[in-house]
Amino acid sequence: MSDAVVPHKTDAGAPAAHASASGWFTRVIESDLFYSFCRSKLTITAALVTLLFFLLAIFAPLISVQNPFDPAQLQLINSRIPPLWTADGQTPFLLGTDEQGRDVLSAILYGLRISLVVGVLGVAFSGALGILLGLIAGYVGGAVDSLIMRIADVQLTFPAILIALLVNGVVKSVFGNRLDAASMLGVLVLAIGLSFWVQYARTVRGSVLVEKSKDYIAAAQLIGLPAPVIMLRHVLPNTMSPILVIATINLALAIITEATLSFLGSGMPDTMPSLGTLIRIGNNYLFSGEWWIVAFPGFALAALILSINLLGDWLRDALNPKLR
Amino acid sequence: MLAFTLRRMIQAIGVMLAVGIIAFAMFRFAGDPVNQMVSIDTSAAERAAIRKSLGLDDPIIVEFAHYFANAAQFKFGVSYQFRLPVADLLKERMPATLELATCATILAMVFGILMGVYSALRRDTLLAKAFQAISLIGISLPTFLIGILLIYLFSVTLGWLPSFGRGEVVKIGWWSTGLLTLSGLKALIMPSITLGLFQMTLIMRLVRAEMLEVLRTDYIRFARARGLTTRAIHFGHALKNTLVPVITVTGLQFGSVIAFAIITETVFQWPGMGLLFVQAVQNVDIPIMAAYLLMVSLIFVTINLVVDILYTVVDPRLRATISRPA
Repeated sequence: MSDAVVPHKTDAGAPAAHASASGWFTRVIESDLFYSFCRSKLTITAALVTLLFFLLAIFAPLISVQNPFDPAQLQLINSRIPPLWTADGQTPFLLGTDEQGRDVLSAILYGLRISLVVGVLGVAFSGALGILLGLIAGYVGGAVDSLIMRIADVQLTFPAILIALLVNGVVKSVFGNRLDAASMLGVLVLAIGLSFWVQYARTVRGSVLVEKSKDYIAAAQLIGLPAPVIMLRHVLPNTMSPILVIATINLALAIITEATLSFLGSGMPDTMPSLGTLIRIGNNYLFSGEWWIVAFPGFALAALILSINLLGDWLRDALNPKLR
Repeated sequence: MLAFTLRRMIQAIGVMLAVGIIAFAMFRFAGDPVNQMVSIDTSAAERAAIRKSLGLDDPIIVEFAHYFANAAQFKFGVSYQFRLPVADLLKERMPATLELATCATILAMVFGILMGVYSALRRDTLLAKAFQAISLIGISLPTFLIGILLIYLFSVTLGWLPSFGRGEVVKIGWWSTGLLTLSGLKALIMPSITLGLFQMTLIMRLVRAEMLEVLRTDYIRFARARGLTTRAIHFGHALKNTLVPVITVTGLQFGSVIAFAIITETVFQWPGMGLLFVQAVQNVDIPIMAAYLLMVSLIFVTINLVVDILYTVVDPRLRATISRPA
């Protein structure tokens, strides 16, 4: 949305004297991005829902009635209670309980934490790896470039879920089948990171090749700055907006991948379930009529992914200069 | 043209070699193959004998050459869990996966093209908007959730369709097919929809975008000026030209359909290669994992190669651009 087509909201920050503390705030309010954000009701809704999920995850221990990871707090006498609004519902369990007497709502809140932690860390890891390899490939060029890009080409032909499963299986076979829940979280981050780095690397490399020929890089080289400094301080900031888009969309993909791995039984264990694990457990009770054990985690996962995807779609269009 | 074909083939062989090295590394270094094959009370001498018979004492290069030569003859070793040759297991499971993937692809193409054409021609109708919404859901809902939803709807609530397995199968040679029995066909419906939904949304979006693009071109305007019927223009001229990229994408995606079948097969307990692979990952059955990786890569690389070569045959413009830099 260029200034010619859609005029700015000029009344947002009228006084010219910016204090440095409120300066960035005014810049955000006056930006094109914020303006296009405010114009789309769907995007605002998606952002609010995403924010809500993050807040729920952060404050999970305060909201939930029990800690679902602590076996001492689970009582079998409370097992398979339907949601509160049905005839057999019981008071503390708003969304009912599962086979082990675990409150479904608490399990969702804690599972959400794991899904988001794995998603965010996975995106951070794949982003760091991809950006680093892309910078090196683009800046150094030559044989290093072809090697990295050939690996990327080969990996791109394989779906991420297959690579994640393979990484998972290999790590398991090296460490034996007795990884505890916390290290399983690390394995998932590793598997997701290694599955999703290619897109970052390709994008960064492309931008680096464009930026490299510009005068400011030549100037930086002339004054004798070392290559890593030029790459990180001067080239990288100019490649950030496509990376932001990829990271948002990949957050949704990473959460899906984690949920899928957990659903397939090679992710988080039953003792420390993520949303995917909860869905796998609940799936076993689908036929005996306990629909709430699978329905609510499934709904939470779908809503989370949909809202992040909508945010990603909006960000892609808003940052794309061709669509302005 | 010949140079291009050769270069692409060498590339394909390179990729297969790289995947082969990874598969071999997994097979050889991830866990000790001997430990996986023996029980606790096997003596050290017996272990050494097995080690020797497997060729694990040879230099690594010899071992790799050995593994590769075997793999080329579809000998992938013996599964740790089943104590059966991996090749036999894969052969037994392959028809199920291929039938599922083919049905899903056909389903995705038919409905994807229909919905895409409709939403391009009648852009502002309610139905077109509904299709767009469906495509967003198809991309956002994880495959396994769609499967569970279908099972709940059609198996648990309505009781119309079976929720797991392939139904009755008929053997034709070593190929077992579920396409010839009623229960087999019924069992195929939900897994195909689950697996095909993602491809369908992809095809629908592609057809819609391509169709909108083509409808703006001069030759369509010229066809209108000539007074051809709308139907002839839309389906005879516009659709025909959008189909080339659609077929390419569908062809290239067939490999990932096979890979995504892993999830669908787990949800529906479909006895295919994907389910075998998932169980192998859970039980750390490295020979099956390595063999599955090799098989799927072979399918991927072959499809990519065929599509690339066919593309230059079909589209003369590409031939010109390829031969120029060469």
